[in-house]
Amino acid sequence: MPLRRLDKLVTWLVVGPFAIVLAFPFYWMLQTSLKSEIDLYNVENVPFAFGEGSPTLDNYRFLFEETQYARWLLNTVLVGLAVVVITLAVAMPAGYALARLSGRWGQSLGVGIFLVYLVPPTLLFLPLSRVIAEVGLQDRLASLILVYPGFTIPFATWPLMGFFKSIPRELEDAALVDGASRIRTLVRIVFPISLPGILTVVIFTFSLCVNEFVYAIAFITASDSKVISTGIYTELIRGDVFYWGALMASTLIPSIPLALLYNTFLDRFIAGFTGGAFR
Amino acid sequence: MATVALPRRRKRDLLEQRRFLAPALIAPALIFVGLLVGAPLVMAVYLSLTNATAGSLTGDFVGFENFTEQWSDPNFRTALRNTVVFTLLANAIVVVGAAILSHFLVRDFRGKWIARFLILLPWAAPVPLSTIGFLWIFDSLFSVVNWVLVHLSLVNEFNPPQWLGEPNKALAAITSVHAWRLLPFATVIMIAGLASIPKEVDDAARVDGATGLKKLWFVTLPLQLPIATIAVLFGIVFTATDMAVVYILTRGGPFNSTQMLPMWAFQTGIQAGSLGPGAAVALFLLPVLALVTVLMLLFAKRVEVT
Repeated sequence: MPLRRLDKLVTWLVVGPFAIVLAFPFYWMLQTSLKSEIDLYNVENVPFAFGEGSPTLDNYRFLFEETQYARWLLNTVLVGLAVVVITLAVAMPAGYALARLSGRWGQSLGVGIFLVYLVPPTLLFLPLSRVIAEVGLQDRLASLILVYPGFTIPFATWPLMGFFKSIPRELEDAALVDGASRIRTLVRIVFPISLPGILTVVIFTFSLCVNEFVYAIAFITASDSKVISTGIYTELIRGDVFYWGALMASTLIPSIPLALLYNTFLDRFIAGFTGGAFR
Repeated sequence: MATVALPRRRKRDLLEQRRFLAPALIAPALIFVGLLVGAPLVMAVYLSLTNATAGSLTGDFVGFENFTEQWSDPNFRTALRNTVVFTLLANAIVVVGAAILSHFLVRDFRGKWIARFLILLPWAAPVPLSTIGFLWIFDSLFSVVNWVLVHLSLVNEFNPPQWLGEPNKALAAITSVHAWRLLPFATVIMIAGLASIPKEVDDAARVDGATGLKKLWFVTLPLQLPIATIAVLFGIVFTATDMAVVYILTRGGPFNSTQMLPMWAFQTGIQAGSLGPGAAVALFLLPVLALVTVLMLLFAKRVEVT
């Protein structure tokens, strides 16, 4: 029994410091975002405590009332949702076909498609930015919606394949025997059963879109078409004037809900990912 | 009536056959990938061999001039060196940290959920946003790091370190942000690896008398190696090709001392408008990525065989 206790203590002694260091920046964003201007820029103050005029929600008010922050949030959500729809429409059939219909070369093709995900935007943004300008999509959200599936489809196909593989074949066979067509079986049986897996892919695809920076900064310079990943940095930091309180509020707001979703769906995501490889 | 119905039925029958259905379902994905990744990649190669500038997609063919010119450019040299050094450094930190962390997080203990949530935060939150948090943490006047160091009497109050203003410190700052961001990702992969080690292996090890460190060294670590390699390969691709962190923290400064290849490609190709040279800079990453991909495939094969 004492040995077990020691074990637990050691676990916390290792995990604890890691958790503190890794989470610190977020605690710091929260603390800063609640501070008043006088408090924040007084070097005499202890940064870990609240001073005169703090805590306050002024920074949040400033963000939503005096900047285009809400607009960028909305833009991000619009782009994310549109890309999710396109990604699912393309990657779900592909994932299913790779999981069920194609034999030996299915696995290789699956790996091949996934490896495309490793080709980074840094390699592609120069020619793509010219193409975007050529077709007149510069400064439009449509440019991002058009280009993002280039990495979300390769990324999503693999775990979807894993999820479809984990569905018992008998379920589909029963429907097929009853005279339903493949497509009908797919839409009526396979997709509904895989809903948790599909939802997982939705979360992770959306998160990839929010994370994207290179295309967003190369394609869009008009401030009301910006997305959150570039808008804050390019619009809220002007020259030497920093609104640190508002800046920290602006980074915290999207991070927390995304992190919660991520955490909830992570295990399922890993299951899908390894399901594609080890079955 | 029958003549109209017949072709429709034939089309349906065609879709019932695996031979046709599978390619029909996969084709859209391949088309998207070909148009959005394959074509731009080919264009990037073409551009790198021309003197194209912003505003056009073509230029005169100049052979390998862009590459040789970049090779003798001091900024490019710095960028190349920095990219290599900081990618290796960040990933070394990540691998050691993740190996330790995963061994403890795979156990069950009270408060595991919250510990895991906190540890995953850096990976789950969007990087371009959390990096702005670091911009504040490393601020020249109000850096919380410096405040702590000053109050521990570790640095001089009147001449505190300028984390983003001095070349080596800025490079260290960028490296640590990347390590911070990648650590949770590598940890998650390694936990999955540990969890997939069959229970029989554990039992066999116990029967053979391997316990504690001995078991860790001779049984667990070798079994963890393939999946750890995958984590590193991903890590290398993510760090070597990232632009957001450098862009936000230093923009390659001070005096181009923290220049990285992606950042330099962006400044050359977009901001300076030299499309050809910019594409050449970006393509310098390609051999590295190709090598990583081949290694990954080899490992994937090994995992499949066992």
